[in-house]
Amino acid sequence: MQDEKDLQEKLRPAMIEGDHSFASVTDKISDVTLKKRTPFHWFIGFAIAFMVAQLLLFSVIWLLANGIGVWGNNQPVGWAFDIINFVWWIGIGHAGTLISAILLLLNQKWRTSINRFAEAMTLFAVACAAMFPLLHTGRPWLAAYWLFPYPNTMGIWPNFRSPLIWDVFAVSTYATVSALFWYVGLIPDLATLRDRAKNKYFKFIYAALSWGWRGSARHWHRYEITYLILAGLSTPLVLSVHSIVSFDFSVSQVPGWHATIFPPYFVAGAVFAGFAMVLILCIPLRHMYRMQDFITHTHLVYMAKVMLATGLIVVYGYAMEGFFGWYSASQYEVFMVKNRIWEGPYWWSYWLLIFCNGLSIQLLWFKRFRESEFWLFLISIIVSVGMWLERFVIIVTSLHRDFLPSSWAMYSPRVWDWTMFIGTIGFFFTLIYLFVRFVPIISIFEVRTLLPDANVHGHHQDFEENVNEVEYTYDRTDPPNE
Amino acid sequence: MEQNIYGIMAEFDTPTELVDAARQVRDAGYTKTDAFSPFPLHEIDEALGIKRSILPYLIFAGGVTGLLSGLGLVYFVHVFDYPIIVGGRPHFSLPAFIPPVYELTILFAALVAVFGMLFLNGLPAPYHPVFNVPRFAFATREKFFLIIEAKDPKVRLRREHEVLWKA
Repeated sequence: MQDEKDLQEKLRPAMIEGDHSFASVTDKISDVTLKKRTPFHWFIGFAIAFMVAQLLLFSVIWLLANGIGVWGNNQPVGWAFDIINFVWWIGIGHAGTLISAILLLLNQKWRTSINRFAEAMTLFAVACAAMFPLLHTGRPWLAAYWLFPYPNTMGIWPNFRSPLIWDVFAVSTYATVSALFWYVGLIPDLATLRDRAKNKYFKFIYAALSWGWRGSARHWHRYEITYLILAGLSTPLVLSVHSIVSFDFSVSQVPGWHATIFPPYFVAGAVFAGFAMVLILCIPLRHMYRMQDFITHTHLVYMAKVMLATGLIVVYGYAMEGFFGWYSASQYEVFMVKNRIWEGPYWWSYWLLIFCNGLSIQLLWFKRFRESEFWLFLISIIVSVGMWLERFVIIVTSLHRDFLPSSWAMYSPRVWDWTMFIGTIGFFFTLIYLFVRFVPIISIFEVRTLLPDANVHGHHQDFEENVNEVEYTYDRTDPPNE
Repeated sequence: MEQNIYGIMAEFDTPTELVDAARQVRDAGYTKTDAFSPFPLHEIDEALGIKRSILPYLIFAGGVTGLLSGLGLVYFVHVFDYPIIVGGRPHFSLPAFIPPVYELTILFAALVAVFGMLFLNGLPAPYHPVFNVPRFAFATREKFFLIIEAKDPKVRLRREHEVLWKA
């Protein structure tokens, strides 16, 4: 018995460190929400994030009051910060779905302790992303009829052949399915919180949210089917979402956008940016809440490796963009490549991008950097900046000089572009802080399954000793003490 | 008092004990049984004789419904109600319709997966007789429970007490 345990530990890198039981895992994770005093740094962090989020509120009001003329985009650069930020945010969300769905299907146990907050990150990132195209319409409440197919008084319908409508369907489906997946994963943990909460109001809220979950074997049976099938549905979904986002560009004929490499290259970039954001969130989180037992060094190293792999795919994408431009033998495509890389006024953004996404990640080949939290955190931030620059390069350098030299122009963002972008970052972190405070940040029931005790052994024992207590349970009509 | 008893419940420390007990209870001929655990246990399905749920078929049906409604929507809009030529493509230009139809397929299937699961599980159910056992709060933490419901045709309470004690 002991040998078996030792062997298991040797064969499997530590996904849970320290000496844990079902109870200690439960207590450790749920105490963050239920028992421990809210730490001081939470209030500081929340206050800062919340203040920055006010910037978003103010920017949106200003935008709606004055129209999108307050932004810097104008012909020929009609898409700028709004679409850059949209693609950036939605890309960040993709790592959450990759961790929760694709790694589940691949039976990667290490996903278990990071999937909960990675999925929360997905939801919040999609919320930030969706704001940009909606607000780019200027009057979102008037834009509804060409975004969503509903019978309207004008008797017209959206054009389903347009990538922009594909985007509406992809992003809204993605947001809905991600929310469902996250919530389904939460139900058993909310039931745990319900059973452990002392505060009457918290108990009521968690009871309502857990829908009366009681851990019945029949319920678990269907639950597991749902969870697995949702993962199976989310996997093609997440790949389709960023492919469709890339269609917004590649279906058009603008040089620099019209390339078949776009869908896979965008999906890889999304996962790349998303893992960077997961690392940015989980490195401080594991220290702040002392979750090192569950989010171990092994997790960080695995994430670093995924980041390196997807980063290299992205770099391959950059190389192919250059190659496509040259091989197309179209003077516009060739010009675009030259203009983007060295002849144009935005050459610096391209080389900054190569530094952030191409060079900085090469450090991850070395164990020393992969295993250092400081370097991982730093590289993740550089990668996040790099992925933002990637969208800037793709959008701005392609649009600012297209076919007709007389319509060339420079683009520069204005203050309201920046405030809205920074505001969404504040909004994102406000939601993350609220999530950390009120919801278990790690999936408790899934971590329980990682413990060696969770395995059912085949041997027979003398079971008379195993029963702790036998009790009658009564229906409400007849309380037991009467 | 006895006619109001919902069932009889036993508590275990480990999943192995629960599964073994469940097998013995099943072999003794009880059918109205259930087990409770803080995480999913695959072995318990066989041990309690739980049949595979029809849920996957419902989800498939949901997906097919999504596919057909998607196709119906784009057909209705672009062929029937508002036929307009865009980019020289035919009214029913299927390749361009794949993305929205595909997303609707997934959306419908996912909604059926979640709400079908909750519906078949009889949730939400804020009250259930098992919650009346004070120690049942541990079912979401670390303990494992097995119940034989009083409505089981084989139940005559004294005997169950013995079966579970021996289990």
